[in-house]
Amino acid sequence: MEFILFYIFGFIAVVSALLIILQKNPIYSAVFLILTLFSVAILFLLLNAQFVAAVQVLVYAGAIMTLFLFAIMLLNIKYEEKAFSKLANLKITGIFVTFVLFIEFMYMIFLRKGLGIAGNISPEKVAEVGNVELIGKILFTKYLFPFEVASLVLLVAMVGVIVLAKKKF
Amino acid sequence: MVDLIIELVIIILKIGIVIGAVMMGVAYMTLAERRLSGFIQDRLGPNRAGPQGLLQPFADGIKLFFKEDFIPDSAEKLLFFIAPGMIFVPALCVIAVIPFGDSLNIFGREIQLRIADVNIGILYIFAIASLGVYGIVLGGWSANNKYTLFGSLRSVAQMISYELALGLSVMGVLMITGSLRLTEVVEVQRSYFFGFIPHWNIFLQPVAFIIFITAAFAETNRLPFDLVEAEQELVGGYHTEYNSMKWGLYFLSEYANVITASAVITTLFFGGWHLPWIEKIPMPQILLELLQIGSFVLKTAFFSIFFIWVRWTFPRFKYNQLMSLGWKVFLPIAILNVLVTGLFYAIFS
Amino acid sequence: MDYSIPTINLSVIGPEIIILLTAVSVLIIGLFPNYRRWSISIVFIGIIFAFYDIYYLWNLNQVGFDGMVLADNFALLFDIIFLIGTLLTLLLSGNFINQYIRGTGEYLSLILFATLGMMLMASTNDLIVIFLGLETLSISLYILAAFRRSREDSLEAGLKYFLLGAFTTGFLLYGIALIYGSTGTTNIYSILNFLKDGSVEIGILFYIGMILIIVGFGFKAAFVPFHMWVPDVYEGSATPVTAFMSAGVKAASFAVFLRLFITGFSPIISQITGILAVLAILTMTVGNVIAIVQTNIKRMLAYSSIAHAGYILVALTALSRNIESEFSAASIMYYILVYTFMNIGAFGVVIYMEKSEEEVLKISDYAGLGFKKPFAAICMTLFMFSLAGIPPTAGFMGKLYIFSSAVESELYGLAVIGVLNAVIAVYYYLRVVIFMYMKEAVLDFSYLSARPVMALSLSISVGGIIYLGIFPQSLINLLTNIL
Repeated sequence: MEFILFYIFGFIAVVSALLIILQKNPIYSAVFLILTLFSVAILFLLLNAQFVAAVQVLVYAGAIMTLFLFAIMLLNIKYEEKAFSKLANLKITGIFVTFVLFIEFMYMIFLRKGLGIAGNISPEKVAEVGNVELIGKILFTKYLFPFEVASLVLLVAMVGVIVLAKKKF
Repeated sequence: MVDLIIELVIIILKIGIVIGAVMMGVAYMTLAERRLSGFIQDRLGPNRAGPQGLLQPFADGIKLFFKEDFIPDSAEKLLFFIAPGMIFVPALCVIAVIPFGDSLNIFGREIQLRIADVNIGILYIFAIASLGVYGIVLGGWSANNKYTLFGSLRSVAQMISYELALGLSVMGVLMITGSLRLTEVVEVQRSYFFGFIPHWNIFLQPVAFIIFITAAFAETNRLPFDLVEAEQELVGGYHTEYNSMKWGLYFLSEYANVITASAVITTLFFGGWHLPWIEKIPMPQILLELLQIGSFVLKTAFFSIFFIWVRWTFPRFKYNQLMSLGWKVFLPIAILNVLVTGLFYAIFS
Repeated sequence: MDYSIPTINLSVIGPEIIILLTAVSVLIIGLFPNYRRWSISIVFIGIIFAFYDIYYLWNLNQVGFDGMVLADNFALLFDIIFLIGTLLTLLLSGNFINQYIRGTGEYLSLILFATLGMMLMASTNDLIVIFLGLETLSISLYILAAFRRSREDSLEAGLKYFLLGAFTTGFLLYGIALIYGSTGTTNIYSILNFLKDGSVEIGILFYIGMILIIVGFGFKAAFVPFHMWVPDVYEGSATPVTAFMSAGVKAASFAVFLRLFITGFSPIISQITGILAVLAILTMTVGNVIAIVQTNIKRMLAYSSIAHAGYILVALTALSRNIESEFSAASIMYYILVYTFMNIGAFGVVIYMEKSEEEVLKISDYAGLGFKKPFAAICMTLFMFSLAGIPPTAGFMGKLYIFSSAVESELYGLAVIGVLNAVIAVYYYLRVVIFMYMKEAVLDFSYLSARPVMALSLSISVGGIIYLGIFPQSLINLLTNIL
């Protein structure tokens, strides 16, 4: 059952990720990005990571992408500018790099080499302790310092936005 | 195997009953809205189809189905087609985690009275509800009409702004409960203060309740926050170009959202299916269960009526008022509420 | 699995806390127009306190937050470099503040936030904190680059920097994720233990992650081929901001490189010496060759800063070949300190020369400066000499140390290419000097008035490069023992 779901939503995620970059119309790209994020959230669910899944939908698919759409609609970019045709070389480089990356991952997956060490938090463990509790505990103990620093990053971003957007100095 | 099939049948039955109930609720809310507005404005309202106009929703539905389904030439066809679904599906999905009763014992089988009891209940509601905005945004954009676009842009700004206050106001309730699971939220509210006042969160978190219900008005795009479809400025708002049953879906989603919001308010602040005092009277288990379901439905209906009542009482806000109310009033108060709740619990526990 | 709240040892992040408090209080004071003029004094007091705290922490080697934050001498040394850069920049930005900001605190606090980000990057032992520090730094700089909102070039600089910066942040994060995936940790010491342990095979994932991290920081430090943004951003930003980012970001990136190479990646770092050598050669050569044809002094200094990243990269290559070599690491730190002095100094003279409306930024505008404004010209000459690497300035000693560390690691070819590059560079640095002393003045320099604060900043820089040029040994000894 889980495998079937994994394949279905993995497939949707990959196909819609491809469609993001193949679409000419940025609105459709954004819609497919929402779909990708949503399917990835479901993959998280299959790993018993309900909290991450919900936050993924809430923050990325729900809030950030709404702002994306907002920006696209305000700028009224109906179709991509022709500018991209100048970047044909870049396209070839991009395809090449992606291909190399793809080969590397295939190598890794099929030869099972260099997968690194398994973590000590398995989906079963998560199910046992509870996803929200586990994340909360780790965030406020082991990663307390980065957590606090993250608030600093947000403060800086907020100051920056106000500097750039306020009416006069 | 037989067990599994029975389980499956029960789940499907539950889904069917809940969705059926919500749809019936939606149908009669449209009628209630019109009759109540008639009452408030001292006129009659629709009372011809059936006794007291009780068949009016079905007449409307049939009319909508037989209208011409017209798509404007300049519209973005695909998105125009699927956008109504993108708002309707989340509106119905949200109800899945709301417990509408304790558990029913039929033929020796324990049936939990909720579709799904997920451990991230309230987050699930927010997550799915936040997807509903895409139906409005994409519907408004794909119609390729400036009024609809304005409507969608307004809705995005409004929903993002009020989602923050909405989420933060719930934080206080969650801190009291200590769990995101909605069954536990209800469970905690089942005791009594001093033995007679029900231990409902409304008494512990009144500020959160006020913020939540106001933000819920904004999230459902209802008056006094219905700038998304302000008729005087935007023709019909984001669904100006829609007609027939596609428009009907938007219409139904609005009421479905109102019912869901009422159900969430009931669950979070008014004890869910908890039936105070009467539950202490000895009676057969099954009767008590049914009464509890009844109390949940009644509370939800009360808030749904409240939504209608407010609509025909208050005038619409201006857009800048809406924004400053959300960001400068509700957000700080919600944060303060979280802080005070946290301090209270740090000191007294 | 049990989790306990880590020992919170706030004295470890003392300097960071002081800078943070200063930045926030400057922001708050900006709200009260009557007290705004105090904000700059508060900043200087804060920086002095931070210096004092660093002095207090020196040699204590404190560790806090379960080993996530370090206050070893390495981190403190870099803190000192960052604070010197900040101090010099703030002394130079008086004019800019009067002209564009009129006392509100955002400029000052953003500079301080950027400094804070750098300090976090240098004083942590965890890739996540490094990333967060880098984000603090970068976001502040994006805003600072676009600070003159009324000007198109400034906005373009900000937008370009932001888009490319966000893109490369993706590389960096991906690299960190891959390293976490293959080692199960983001702690640099744990990565070292994982690599030393050898019971688990080091996979290709780890190498990709390592390369991606180098790419991410290579962008920030302006390595070729990740340098495209540098000239436009440096030209478009206000000159004090340019001075700040040319020195600070580079120093912070190399601090992270050193920390990663010397501890985390040390067992396998010798395998990427080739890649680093290619990067070093490209960075030096491209930077120097393109700098020759520049007529705008800010663009010339931008390309020269790319070339200098190349020189430092030579020493980094030498270090990767011979990870035990304390001399290579010391030469990198020495060069970064010297570079902070001479580059901010050079930009200081550019700031001094700038007019408010039509900026005096062409190299030919400097003609005849030597006779009209001898002090500015002498300072500029010394900075150019130092950047070119002519004795007795510190730039010479820095290049000497770097190339000898390359020779020490038996990278003779790289050393030769480096020296050749230094020779090319002499051409365009000396051109400025020739314009100043051997051409007739085309501009009337009467708009230049004496600016004591700016003169103080230039004097500190000049003093720094002369002192370090003549007496480098004590500092080098200190730096060699620091690791």
